[in-house]
Amino acid sequence: MTHADPMVVDFPLRKPGEAFPPPRYTTYREQEGLVLSYLPNGNKCWLVTRHEDVRAVFTNPKISSNPDHKGFPNISETMGVPKQEQIPGWFVGMDSPEHDRFRKALIPEFTVRRVRAMRPAIEETVDKLIDELLASGNSADLVADFALPVPSLVISALLGVPPVDRDFFESRTRTLVAIRSSTDQQRDTATKELLRYINRLIDIKSKWPQDDLVSRLLATGTIAPHELSGVLLLLLIAGHETTANNIALGVMTLLQNPQWIGDDRVVEETLRFHSVADIVSLRVAVEDVEIAGQLVRAGEGVIPLVAAANHDEKVFACPHAFDPSRTDRHHVAFGYGMHQCLGQNLVRVEMEIAYRKLFERIPTLRLAVPVEELAFKHDVVLFGLHEMPVQWESS
Amino acid sequence: MRITADNERCIGAGQCVLTAPDVFDQDDDGLVTVLAPEPGAGLTDAVWRAGDLCPARAITVHED
Ligand code: HEM
Ligand code: SF4
Repeated sequence: MTHADPMVVDFPLRKPGEAFPPPRYTTYREQEGLVLSYLPNGNKCWLVTRHEDVRAVFTNPKISSNPDHKGFPNISETMGVPKQEQIPGWFVGMDSPEHDRFRKALIPEFTVRRVRAMRPAIEETVDKLIDELLASGNSADLVADFALPVPSLVISALLGVPPVDRDFFESRTRTLVAIRSSTDQQRDTATKELLRYINRLIDIKSKWPQDDLVSRLLATGTIAPHELSGVLLLLLIAGHETTANNIALGVMTLLQNPQWIGDDRVVEETLRFHSVADIVSLRVAVEDVEIAGQLVRAGEGVIPLVAAANHDEKVFACPHAFDPSRTDRHHVAFGYGMHQCLGQNLVRVEMEIAYRKLFERIPTLRLAVPVEELAFKHDVVLFGLHEMPVQWESS
Repeated sequence: MRITADNERCIGAGQCVLTAPDVFDQDDDGLVTVLAPEPGAGLTDAVWRAGDLCPARAITVHED
């Protein structure tokens, strides 16, 4: 079956000055079938918004993640991210079975148990950043001075970057996401420098293996060194701005809802409520396939909108309320199916420690500008905050 | 209630371990293992939720 007149909407989906997720998503969810959009390059692309349908897309073998397929909805070009070349080892853009070789090799590094063991190191990192905040005065940009460095330092430790190189690593990763203050060329240079650094790291670890992720992956022999650099770059990019945006938005939301400060359930609700990776999972049909009663032809793009699914009123009671006491954890903020976020358990720990330490050590933390004046990211792929001016009482 | 988990399908997301730690664990390869194949009635709810959360549909709950 196919619907004669699908609703057609403009791309990009987010508009400056409006709430996120856009209130229009409610109307999209009420449509029969799917909503149709045309990308800036003219490509046809279906938007999937109901929780049930989003999960179905994520698990349908006729729907591919590979950007080399004709019709793939490559939106990043128009959203501030340079076009992703097919980097070897970039397994988020691969389908089964190629994808599985990489994923299987990495799973042991991200188990619940392994991530728990990283807890003390993450606490130390967060404490050090808070020391620096407090030493610098009584105001800061929480994005640049806290939310971005936390994941960057955690990932560099995970990758086995020696402490002396972490400042270099952090400054280059920061340039990558500073869409507003860095030029395309600066970001390009930063990517090249990071790749060069990563390649050197792989070289060193293959000569002098240690007890760390890179050495262990090399030892498995299932990932070639030239693929490994793509894998490491993916970990770095996938885990940086995503985490930072959740940290900043979570702090903002806690400042607005202080009754939840100190409650660890805030982590899961922040992930659902803000759903920063709304248009991250991009797909293309490789065979004709029916989704929600709508025929999608081979070569047509499909975007499961996770923010829409996470605010589906059929699944989440009062979805637009921030309510950490929810017992349902089945949001799709990390996607679903075989590409579901590899770093999810690491993020949960990072967010929990960041919120807890920040409010414990700076109880007078507050926004330095009204919420309406904050610079929200409407212009880039991931939703978040460009900056977040905060202040506190000196003690 | 009886539980089986398919190691081949598992993608190591760990949702099961977070949801029902008395029933599921991850082995050295990070893949699912069932600690309690016939968990007590008190765990029924958590087990169903783990089965639904599993992104790889690797967990089957048999109601015999
Ligand atoms: C709150 C923070 C994060 C969010 C919201 C997030 C979200 C996502 C989403 C939605 C996907 C699925 C992409 C798709 O289906 O095409 C994904 C995949 C992935 N994420 Fe995350 N992520 C976060 C943090 C991290 C971290 C910290 C790491 C690693 C250190 C990481 C590593 C990955 C990797 C490697 C994949 C690809 C997995 C695969 O293709 O099998 N992510 N993430
Ligand atoms: S939730 Fe599913 S995919 Fe994740 S570890 Fe458990 S069985 Fe494996």
